[in-house]
Amino acid sequence: MKIAIAPRTLSRIALPLAVFIAAIGAWEFYVRSHAVPTYILPAPSLIVQTVVADWPLLSASLFVTLKTTLLGLGLAVAGGVGLAVLLSLSRIVEYSLYPFAVVLQVTPVIAIAPLLLIYMPQDAAVLTCAWLVAFFPVLSNTMLGLQSVDRNLLELFRLYGVPPQQTALAHLGSRMRELWLLRAPAALPAFLSGLRIAGGLSLIGAVVAEMAAGSAGAGAGLAYRIIESQYRLNIPRLFAALVLLALTGIILFLILSALTHAALRRWHESALAPET
Amino acid sequence: MTEAITPLVSLQGIGKVFANGVTALAGFDLDIRAGEFISLLGPSGCGKSTALRIIAGLTHPTQGTVTWPAASSADHRDDIGFVFQEPTLMPWANVADNVWLPLRLRGVSKSDARERIAQSLALVGLEDFAKAYPRELSGGMKMRASIARALSMRPKLLLLDEPFAALDEITRFKLNDDLLRLQRELRCTIVFVTHSIYESAYLSSRIAIMTTRPGCIAAEVEAVTPTERDPNFRASPRYAALCQEVSRLLIGSVHDKGTE
Repeated sequence: MKIAIAPRTLSRIALPLAVFIAAIGAWEFYVRSHAVPTYILPAPSLIVQTVVADWPLLSASLFVTLKTTLLGLGLAVAGGVGLAVLLSLSRIVEYSLYPFAVVLQVTPVIAIAPLLLIYMPQDAAVLTCAWLVAFFPVLSNTMLGLQSVDRNLLELFRLYGVPPQQTALAHLGSRMRELWLLRAPAALPAFLSGLRIAGGLSLIGAVVAEMAAGSAGAGAGLAYRIIESQYRLNIPRLFAALVLLALTGIILFLILSALTHAALRRWHESALAPET
Repeated sequence: MTEAITPLVSLQGIGKVFANGVTALAGFDLDIRAGEFISLLGPSGCGKSTALRIIAGLTHPTQGTVTWPAASSADHRDDIGFVFQEPTLMPWANVADNVWLPLRLRGVSKSDARERIAQSLALVGLEDFAKAYPRELSGGMKMRASIARALSMRPKLLLLDEPFAALDEITRFKLNDDLLRLQRELRCTIVFVTHSIYESAYLSSRIAIMTTRPGCIAAEVEAVTPTERDPNFRASPRYAALCQEVSRLLIGSVHDKGTE
């Protein structure tokens, strides 16, 4: 994102903003003019009022969901990158473990959530759920990145690196150096795109698990507030919680995009400003 | 130059069969003399690059031997600089860090390597672009950076695998002249793989013409020694005659193989 405001950039921000404002305006107008009851469709202005009025309750729930999401994402990054490195170092490990990672991914996580809730305390189960869905994109993208190294560069490392007839320790050392100097930076773009996907999925995982858990009390996240509001027909609060969830997703995405841009802007094609 | 001089590298009876059954080289003999500029010229797919990779030790022959008669140590990798067909620079590192790479892999710290990096960049005329990233450079400049990286180890033997094939003619001519100047200054031996008759005739002191696959040396032509070369060499009758002779031999070698 450039700071300099070119006409093109302006229209890229102004156009969607105008559409958004028009849609909100139309919604407000429809609700007011047709006198739609709030338990069917609250007006945008009422949703904003609810966010403000219920802020103590909603902010506590937001904090819970946010904590689950970020913790799940963090663990997914640690686990995904760690496992990807392990798999890239050894074919045997790759063949024996990768299929299980795929099984974890293709199984719809909501189907596992009730089981996790039996085996674990509620917050641990919710966290595991968020971790499970965010884990695979990090793993598969990092693996793809680690493997997509220029073959000539690998040969260059062989030409100038440690002689082939060396001890196992020196061999491992040269593998680690190759990993750090060559494979890690080469994998960075793919890893970051996996991270952006994982950020969104981690939030979804947290919400799905909270809904499955469905328990009240101090550990109630935004998803629980939505279920609760539905039962109580408190539709404005349902919408307010929904708005907060959407904002969380948007902010998470923007932060991860900014991170990607900052890391790649000097060298990667994806981060370059389009030619004008 | 007399034949009695011990060669820098000697390849005897080299054969290479790939895992997929393709025979790339068969009965390939070549002596590389110290200080010469030898071109390996042949049609694409004739095993030129494979021969170069065997000299570098990047791949091993299935038959025959590669020896360094004058060398005392068994590991020759310190003596070799390799330039690939593509610049093969690390896109995430600036030019100076790319040039540092071979030294870095040998455990030389950046501060210790600084002078060597600057020298290498000056040799190829990139001293002002040390901080630039590869994507900010033109094709010719990327290739210069790649050559600077190969020179950072001060190799005795510089191996180039069709380095200028993807460049435009003007850039290629300029880089050809720069390569000759580098050889004069550094007194290194150069093995240059190319499929261009004109490029080989312009650059080389000796041209080894290869047959189609499985490749071997079909003919060797003594070309122009550096002392004979003058700035107008490209326009001289000597150059034209050389091109003609090389082209005749090349077509002959491809034709012979085809009618066997």
